[in-house]
Amino acid sequence: MTQLTPVLSAHWDEKDSFTIAGYKRHGGYDAAAKALKMEPDAVIQLVKDSGLRGRGGAGFPTGMKWGFIPQGDNKDHYLVVNADESEPGTCKDMPLLLANPHVLIEGCIIASYAIRAKYAFIYIRGEVTHVVRRVQQAIDDAYAAGHLGKNIFGSGVDLELVLHVGAGAYICGEETALLDSLEGFRGQPRLRPPFPAIAGLYARPTVVNNVESIASVPAIIAHGAEWFSSMGTEKSKGMTLYSLSGHVTNPGQFEAPLGITLRELLEISGGVRAGHQLKFWTPGGSSTPIFTSAHLDTPLDYEGVSAAGSMLGTKALQIFDETTCIVRAVLRWTEFYKHESCGKCTPCREGTWWLVQILRDLESGKGSEADLEKLLDLCDNIMGRSFCALGDGATSPITSSINYFREEYIAHLTHGGCPLDPHAATVFASAKAGV
Amino acid sequence: MSNEVVDMITVVIDGFEVSVPKGTLVIRAAEKLGIQIPRFCDHPLLDPVGACRQCLVDIEINGRAFPKPQASCTIPVEPGMIVKTQLTSAVAKKAQEGVMEMLLINHPLDCPVCDKGGECPLQNQAMSNGQSDSRFEGTKRTFEKPIHISSQVLLDRERCVLCARCTRFSEQIASDPFITLNERGALQQVGIYEKQPFESYFSGNTVQICPVGALTGASYRFRARPFDLVSTPSACEHCASGCSLRTDVRRGKTLRRLAGDDAEVNEEWNCDKGRWAFKYVTAADRLTHPMVRNASGELQEASWPEAIAAAAAGLQKTSAAVLVGGRASVEDAYGYSKFARVTLGTNNIDFRSRISTAEERDFIASTVVRAKTTYRDIDRADSVLLVGFEPEEESPIVFLRIHKQVRKRALKVTAIASKLSIGNEKLSANFVCVAPGSEATALPSVALTAQSVILVGERACESAGLLSAIAALAEKTGAKLAWIPRRAGERGAIAAGAIGNLLPGGRPVADASARVDVAAAWGVTSIPSSLGLSSDEIIAAVNKGTIGALVVGGVDPLDGENHHEMLEALQKAFVVSLEIRPSAVTTLADVVLPVAAVTEKSGSFLDWEGRSRNFEAAVVDSLQRSDVRLLSMIADEMSKPISLSTVKAASKEFASLGNWDGAPSALSLTSVQTVSALQANEALLTSWRRLLDEGSLQQGEENLAGTARKPVVVISPKRAASIGVTDGEAVRVSNSHGAIVLPVLVEAIHDDAVWLPRNSRGSHLLATFGVASGAVVTVVKD
Repeated sequence: MTQLTPVLSAHWDEKDSFTIAGYKRHGGYDAAAKALKMEPDAVIQLVKDSGLRGRGGAGFPTGMKWGFIPQGDNKDHYLVVNADESEPGTCKDMPLLLANPHVLIEGCIIASYAIRAKYAFIYIRGEVTHVVRRVQQAIDDAYAAGHLGKNIFGSGVDLELVLHVGAGAYICGEETALLDSLEGFRGQPRLRPPFPAIAGLYARPTVVNNVESIASVPAIIAHGAEWFSSMGTEKSKGMTLYSLSGHVTNPGQFEAPLGITLRELLEISGGVRAGHQLKFWTPGGSSTPIFTSAHLDTPLDYEGVSAAGSMLGTKALQIFDETTCIVRAVLRWTEFYKHESCGKCTPCREGTWWLVQILRDLESGKGSEADLEKLLDLCDNIMGRSFCALGDGATSPITSSINYFREEYIAHLTHGGCPLDPHAATVFASAKAGV
Repeated sequence: MSNEVVDMITVVIDGFEVSVPKGTLVIRAAEKLGIQIPRFCDHPLLDPVGACRQCLVDIEINGRAFPKPQASCTIPVEPGMIVKTQLTSAVAKKAQEGVMEMLLINHPLDCPVCDKGGECPLQNQAMSNGQSDSRFEGTKRTFEKPIHISSQVLLDRERCVLCARCTRFSEQIASDPFITLNERGALQQVGIYEKQPFESYFSGNTVQICPVGALTGASYRFRARPFDLVSTPSACEHCASGCSLRTDVRRGKTLRRLAGDDAEVNEEWNCDKGRWAFKYVTAADRLTHPMVRNASGELQEASWPEAIAAAAAGLQKTSAAVLVGGRASVEDAYGYSKFARVTLGTNNIDFRSRISTAEERDFIASTVVRAKTTYRDIDRADSVLLVGFEPEEESPIVFLRIHKQVRKRALKVTAIASKLSIGNEKLSANFVCVAPGSEATALPSVALTAQSVILVGERACESAGLLSAIAALAEKTGAKLAWIPRRAGERGAIAAGAIGNLLPGGRPVADASARVDVAAAWGVTSIPSSLGLSSDEIIAAVNKGTIGALVVGGVDPLDGENHHEMLEALQKAFVVSLEIRPSAVTTLADVVLPVAAVTEKSGSFLDWEGRSRNFEAAVVDSLQRSDVRLLSMIADEMSKPISLSTVKAASKEFASLGNWDGAPSALSLTSVQTVSALQANEALLTSWRRLLDEGSLQQGEENLAGTARKPVVVISPKRAASIGVTDGEAVRVSNSHGAIVLPVLVEAIHDDAVWLPRNSRGSHLLATFGVASGAVVTVVKD
């Protein structure tokens, strides 16, 4: 049985965990001071050695990303932290920033020093006002403490950290759209190459990292690469936040080594809500193909999930029990993608418009089995044809759900509508369905 | 270009090898093989965007295949690349069909009532690369149809495929980012900002490159079906940029004009004036019959033989001179030039029916005839100096070319002027601010090399000493020099010898061997040897009585500073007027001969580079005749034939003369005039013509006029403070002849200067003040 390994979340239960005093009580900012005494390249090497991979979904090795920044090019470099957490089901970065914003700031100091950036930006989604306020206060406190600004820690290193509040667009979580938005333009993904490491923010070499990736860095500096890589599996090192939500007894954040299984996580979190069974779940948010109870023992690391036909993504484990209508769930997700499609490319813009209409018909019992083939074919015409990964993500719930629950789709047609009681899936449902 | 080494890369597309320069996009490498990959957002002159996803193909490089189809419009070729298009890859074919099906789900399919129907890339490619039927059974997105995004461009958002060609053109090419994509998802749409309307001089190009019927031109909308039009390659008659055009005619009437393709000149663009100002040709008041002034002093319609005989008789009686405007074709200008020398026996001919000076005439003969600067030189220049020239207003394609290099490689532009213009701001020009008339004093401060290009406008002659100083500067630095007149016919008129000091081919009248050359070619015993008079001198001579007759072709008296004298001269002299529409000249003429407009005749212009721009008659069944043919008939009647009975004959004879290879005439420095001290409320006038203004060739084009820049008086903040006005308040500018009242705009302008548009609504400087630049005027709050 895998045990939880709270590192980022170690002190969330303390009343003042979000304050600079609370952070420092447990050695906060010591790692930054230590890193600033190292050579920047040694910091990059240490992060490379730790095996840390991007926690935003794609799992790209963080140290390697830093190493792509050309050095000695006489250009400004930028660090941009992607805090635009918007994927349905994903809920790790916002709790982290609420409970411990300083760990991100410390990570920013170390990462900026490593890539020789004098400016760092945190791009945060605009809807989370309370998180925005808390992070801004933390930044102000860090400036006051001399951890940001000129000559931080007396090391001669300068760093300006800017919190930028987005206007609420899912696409701005895509790193190049985020950069456009940060520059003041409408967020739409950019053509690559050039990649951000060469021409990112204001066409300067830029590292864009997820909140959790950067927040993991101070612990790596403090405890070493070996400590970090002792956790996790062969290619997926370290601990990470797993977010359990939905029909689970104790939803929340569970920090565990990569490779833990859902069966283990359910055990830790009290299991599927009482009296119900697991029907399906997402391993990493709504754009990762769904899993069923057949995947309870799949190791939740990058390779394990991928081998089982999905993606680790943001480790947003949304748990759905047998009261949930698969068509209804997929339609809701698809409506989200239609609403959030930026409009730049045809497959995503027009495809999601069309998918929603077919799914609405299916949910209300209209159409025929041939519509399932049409849906799958449309998904085939969107998947891998769109400009960015948003289009791909929009197809995942549809193709995977038809794969596992084709019979339930058909049942809607034979039943003339949804055969399930939607109220039964709600948190306010009584023991008696439909009441 | 032999001195530029190009790396070639060989790739295989659908089994065929093709070698293309490094950096070529896959979609264009395929074109070289004749393989057409369908596309919407791709445009060779715009940055790749990869938005429509219509051009997806399968690609592998050195055996490593991309996991998914790639947009061939965004990927440059690489060694070892193997591309499979829809012709050889089932995956690419399905991907393309899928994208096409999706593009059509929200398209209204209103092709039967759409202007684009019949020439629509969406329609065509839906047929060639789509499926025969759609599986879409849902609800289409709808929008209000159509909305005006300017007075001349309409937007149908339902038809739009959101390829962003129009928005990218406006931003990247025209530097007029007044339209942009708004909203998101399927509700994304092209939008305007109400405080900055889509008033771009180049907006028509967005209509032309729109791959669907989303953007349509107000004046062409619902007028014709493309398959009913007969297209003729043409050249633009408006300015000296030299745009290649396509003129589309249905049953004898021009319905639209499009930018033609010419990589050396206008690439694929033109300006809105060239595109939309052609109704003057079909104006109701077009002259259709010759007219002769009868015994009672009234103009009366006459037969052609009567009119030709009357013209010949009048011209024979007295000494005559020729005033030909700057809008004649090369062939017509050649006809006037030869007619003056052979038939009238004089060098008294001048095409400069505008403000002109003797210094300019010498500059033309010594410098312009030798100038070989081209658009390519702008492409390669290390810096560009603009003097007396506003490219966006006065030669818009020159503006686009400079802007292209500014955007591509931050080409350095310096502008010596009294006022910073919108165009020069867009070029990020270094603005050297001088008082009107003092331009020459700023020249020494500009660093130039042999790779620099100096572009000088025709307005430079309005500043004494400037043209000769520029010629000397070019000589000293080795910089390339070009003189850019405003009218399409001026450079050709110089080549044709329609000026008093030059014979055809740049031959100096003063050079005896040059005269012998031309006399021999024309089969006459001699060419008059005395230098011809200028326009102003000819007018003065008429009023003095030493010249008794004038042949006037395409001249507006209000284009010069001395229009009172000119009108007096027209009254005094026997006048033969060759015109397309009634004018101040035809009203006073003794014989009026209607002539063909550009679309009704063949011929050519020389653009500012001296490059020949040929055009064919677009309206083939026109009864109108080219000027040269009528001049030939008059010459025959006068028994001093010029033997140019057709445009073709004129063109052939002019070409056979060739260019002068002797020494050009020298240019001596003209001294700069010092400006007298200004009193309070006095200012020096400066002005230029805006691209869209009240020019006679733009009459009747209401939609076009709707996007003209609003007439304003521009003064400096210091002057505004001293007369107590702020932006938008009325200011009165006056001299002893008249006054103009317009809203004021406080902007970057020399403190001693006041700027007004030269010929815009409510601001006709020459008519009101009798001057247009350099003169002292009074500026007060109205």
